[in-house]
Amino acid sequence: MSFDVPDDLRYLESHEWVRVAGDTAEIGITAFAQDELGDVVFVELPEEGAELTAGEDFGVVESIKAVSDVYAPVSGTVTAVNDRLRDEPELLNEDPFGDGWMLEVEVADESETADLLSPDAYRDQIE
Amino acid sequence: MPQTSSSRRSGRWRNDTRRTAFGETPWDKPRPTSFTLDSGVSLRLVLLGETPWDKPRPTSFTLDTGVSRVKYDQARWTDDSDDLYEPLLSEKASKTVDIEDSPLPDDLTRDSLSLPDPAEPELARHYTRLSQMNYGVESGPFPLGSCTMKYNPSFTEDVAARADAAIHPDRPDSTVQGTLALCHRLQDYLGRIGGMDAVTLQPPAGAAGEFTGIQIAKAYHDHNDDERSEVVIPDSAHGTNFATAAMAGYEVVELPSGDDGRVDIEALEAAVGDDTAALMLTNPNTLGLFERDIEHIADIVHDAGGLLYYDGANLNALLGRARPGDMGFDVMHYNVHKTFATPHGGGGPGAGPVGVREELAQFLPNPHVRERGGNYEHYEPDHSIGKIHGFYGNWPVLLKTFAYIARLGDEGLRDASAKAVLNANYLAEQIEYEVPFGPFHHEFVASAGEQDAADAAKRMLDYGVHPPTTKWPEIVDEALMTEPTEGETKRSLDQLAAAFNAVAGDSDAELADAPSRPAAKRIDQATAARNPRLSWQALDDT
Repeated sequence: MSFDVPDDLRYLESHEWVRVAGDTAEIGITAFAQDELGDVVFVELPEEGAELTAGEDFGVVESIKAVSDVYAPVSGTVTAVNDRLRDEPELLNEDPFGDGWMLEVEVADESETADLLSPDAYRDQIE
Repeated sequence: MPQTSSSRRSGRWRNDTRRTAFGETPWDKPRPTSFTLDSGVSLRLVLLGETPWDKPRPTSFTLDTGVSRVKYDQARWTDDSDDLYEPLLSEKASKTVDIEDSPLPDDLTRDSLSLPDPAEPELARHYTRLSQMNYGVESGPFPLGSCTMKYNPSFTEDVAARADAAIHPDRPDSTVQGTLALCHRLQDYLGRIGGMDAVTLQPPAGAAGEFTGIQIAKAYHDHNDDERSEVVIPDSAHGTNFATAAMAGYEVVELPSGDDGRVDIEALEAAVGDDTAALMLTNPNTLGLFERDIEHIADIVHDAGGLLYYDGANLNALLGRARPGDMGFDVMHYNVHKTFATPHGGGGPGAGPVGVREELAQFLPNPHVRERGGNYEHYEPDHSIGKIHGFYGNWPVLLKTFAYIARLGDEGLRDASAKAVLNANYLAEQIEYEVPFGPFHHEFVASAGEQDAADAAKRMLDYGVHPPTTKWPEIVDEALMTEPTEGETKRSLDQLAAAFNAVAGDSDAELADAPSRPAAKRIDQATAARNPRLSWQALDDT
């Protein structure tokens, strides 16, 4: 089974994606990640204004199979949180790269994105 | 197939090709439909959905109660879509009561409140019905690996229920010498069983015992001005070990298992150092494997200045044969519900006594029981870690433990461990699923292979037994972690094996719909977790 790996995103080995546009970045988990987790039942995210550090966990995704930490692809300040996930955690399963987005972040250090996986590198990892 | 004596005595099977004996498993071969007694009376066996009166049972019928028409099947009801369901207590009977004046602020109070209001027989039937929908160790085998769901013999309950076992916890020591003597003897028994020098009965559960044990290890290091920050735990360890270490303020260092499923000595040497406060280990481990290098493991940890902690979860495999103290363990807890015979705590009253070697006895919780000049008394150990529980610990649970040990004696306890190991090995021989790691002791981990272990487990419910623990430890793919326990007979092990094998032969489609026979059918876990309904009242769908 092959999973969608959009070409306009960057990835972490731990299956988070980031969509960088200028100094703003959107963060979520990949289609592969949601499939591994199974039905997501609860998502815990930081509040607006929280500081993220690249490589450190910022939230928790709970599925019927497992509870997993999610890690920040970049450092920065949270400017928006996808509140829909509170009542509709299934969005992570249904549309991980769209309606299932988690956070919007003001990127602190754009050079960090250089360390992230390219779509091809991530595709290699999950295949 | 041999005829059993009961069938020879009581009659002959009408249809020889389909005969089977009572007590044999119903699912590996067809049951006889009828047989004739010597007296000439012909009986028809009950098949699913049939009555003993030779005609199919009506699945449901409609009653006009005068108020409404309800379809009725046993105690189950049907809704508009004709799905059978279990009525909530609120649907059976409820009433609304007005709330009188309340001193609480208005925004915290209600004007009226709906409460269940069944007549006493209705209430009794409601709870009996719920209990019939349940499955317990008194319904059939319950092979949850690692959890050790043992049947508890009723003599332990009889002892604990004696009126003279009930004393007020505040009575002066001088007036409860018998109770204290019993505590002291239980401390001694447990110490001898585990190879420990001193035992506290205070902790109210196995996990509380772990926490107490690690607190004692911490107190020991603090006492020696030895600052240590890490607890090393194998990846196959019980989840409580990680939680205990973290709650006690330690960093958890996870130790990968070796290829043989045991502690990887090289990985251990790399993980242990000046920061190591303790290694937490269970032996035999979660795969049922004995840690053969335990003495070497103990040396590695002790040479680094750490302590060795024994998780007593699997002590029933070793009773009367090997002792953690002799292997080099410094602290251990006893899961009295697993090793002896008390009900599982399940959040209620349990007990998790902790044993330590001599040097650590001064740190035991307060109070502890000792003998002084022929009298027994409570006292506070010199450098006690303080209160863990209080008074006598969970006394009735300890009393049941004492009763079990005293009744079985040395020989009985040795027999219990032999049967625990024999039963696990016999069952593993009978089942078709692969068991990748061995030789194992009181439990084994089979692999469901291409099947999803959780679906296989759900399907086992359809075959009338409780399934094993699933999907853990992760070292085995689609793990079915199985512990039949020492109490099961060969017949019930055969029943279990037949259920395993029936599931092993089932199709993916059959697994995907399972279970279909228990009172609660396949549950939509995702919806249940996303929209939990934890009320006795029926909620409106919104």
